[in-house]
Amino acid sequence: MDKNPATAERRKERLDRGIKVRTEGIYAISSWQEMCYLVLPRLILILGILLLPFMMPSLYWNRVISIVGIYGLLALGFDFLAHYVGLVSLGGSLFIGVGGYLAAVLNKSFGLSPLFTIPIATLGGAIICTLLILPALPLRGVYFAIVTLMYPLVLFRIIEALNILGGTDGILGVASFPNPWVEQYLILVIVIIALFGLRRLVNEDIGLVFRGVKDNDQAVKASGLSITYYKAIAVFITSALGCFGGAFFVHIYMVAGISLFALDYSVIPIAATVIGGGGTLVGPLLGCFILVPISELLRAFGTLRIVFYSVILLAFIMFRSEGVMVYAQRKYHQFERWVKV
Amino acid sequence: MSGENILQVTNVSKTFGGVQALLNVSFNVRQGEVFGIIGPNGSGKTTLINCITGFIKMDSGKVLYKGDDISRKAPNQIANLGLTRTFQIMRPYYSLPAYKNLIVPLFSPRARRTGGWRGGGKLGDRGTVSIDILEEIGFERDSFVPYKLASSLPTGYLKRLELARCLALRPDLILCDEVFSGLSMSEIASMVPLIEKLQMDGITLVMIEHRLRELFRVASRVMVLNFGEKLTEGIPEVVMADERVKEAYLGSEKLLDYTFEA
Repeated sequence: MDKNPATAERRKERLDRGIKVRTEGIYAISSWQEMCYLVLPRLILILGILLLPFMMPSLYWNRVISIVGIYGLLALGFDFLAHYVGLVSLGGSLFIGVGGYLAAVLNKSFGLSPLFTIPIATLGGAIICTLLILPALPLRGVYFAIVTLMYPLVLFRIIEALNILGGTDGILGVASFPNPWVEQYLILVIVIIALFGLRRLVNEDIGLVFRGVKDNDQAVKASGLSITYYKAIAVFITSALGCFGGAFFVHIYMVAGISLFALDYSVIPIAATVIGGGGTLVGPLLGCFILVPISELLRAFGTLRIVFYSVILLAFIMFRSEGVMVYAQRKYHQFERWVKV
Repeated sequence: MSGENILQVTNVSKTFGGVQALLNVSFNVRQGEVFGIIGPNGSGKTTLINCITGFIKMDSGKVLYKGDDISRKAPNQIANLGLTRTFQIMRPYYSLPAYKNLIVPLFSPRARRTGGWRGGGKLGDRGTVSIDILEEIGFERDSFVPYKLASSLPTGYLKRLELARCLALRPDLILCDEVFSGLSMSEIASMVPLIEKLQMDGITLVMIEHRLRELFRVASRVMVLNFGEKLTEGIPEVVMADERVKEAYLGSEKLLDYTFEA
């Protein structure tokens, strides 16, 4: 893969950059250079996200940005659960579905405006999802994944068979946002808050407990902490992100149909995490910003779209299996040079 | 030394499938003593600790801790009562630095209740408290060792980390599952005073050990298990003079003699 593979005479040397702030001390404020080293990547990311609606002003691309935001929230939640709590969740479509239907019902039956339906659907949906997943919390690995995948399929069939909540037609005529700017910036700001909130959370004391549960749940039990309780909190956080996405989705498309339980919402966040780099939190978000627009651009190929999409995914997994963000972070923190042996 | 019984174990039995791991094991541990549990490999010592601390549900029997029945409680509830344990196979959080390993127990309800400002000492900083605990247990404060990832620490430090996790909970009783195993002689030599210090701090210790010489330096009484049954109990010298104990420990040697003769 590498154009210049190491030989007997030379090899690649990786050195940490001579930036003191890497030691995580008080050096961050010792000079402009140190501060910029820390602030610039974050600033570029935040400004980049906030300026997206200006860079792509067409109505079509605005909608794409909103969808990217929803997938971004799901991917953040997936990465948090998988890499910091040790629960591999395929429940993305469950969260979207529950949040979406809840918001639609609140709006249509109770006449609440999006200002109220979205927060209520976020918290209420998260409680419902957490209660649904609660019995599966002692499970690990692929078993937990299967249970979380089962729920959206079951709810899909229940709504279809019992013809409740609008049946296969869905709930039509849900209120929309007052204007596209509110829609755009609501999701983008929430994405930024979720990203930096989760990054902060995993380094707080409670975040260390989450990581402890992932590393060694027996030791957490021996430390006097209930692992079920902390797993439930983590699932609540993740499902709140997903349910917000669902409620938001319903209000931008003004309809809540059974397609809310589509498996895309479970699978694409995982693909985004693989591409972006698991465990970095920002990686999966960038993964969504790469994957979803590519999927839109490929619409020009018609039915061959999925083929090209798969090839791009495959290329990422083959040649950058560590993930874009892990690669970028390494390049940022270290420089490489060839040395004679 | 003749304090009240802090732990009373009565007729604990456990089978795994057809294997009788424990059969009617009973013993009492007095407040403030060091109580040893010895026995050949596979005699059920670790299973006994797992049963007491709730990691394994016992089939029958009763465990009283400070007079309360804890035989049906969950492991985390038992740990919160001040009955903590170490694991024979060390269970640190490998992806966290050593001192951050201790933030997890410091986050527990017991540490928050008993340890001052929500478990974090006067300033509410759990990191500082965990460095203090690590120093107490033998991590050099001014070195890089407490800040190293647990995955890069050698066995000796990991064993200490196990003990430190117990100490973070401010325990009344620690069940130590082979803290000396896998250590070099010099590491053991530095561990023994640590155990003595814990005892002087008023912590009761139950120690499973194969290193009998070091155990007998600290233990006031020992119990011998063999094939899940209690053989005998008493002060170390008397126990080791017992014929049945010799047989249990040296049985393999007899077999060895036999093969030489044949």
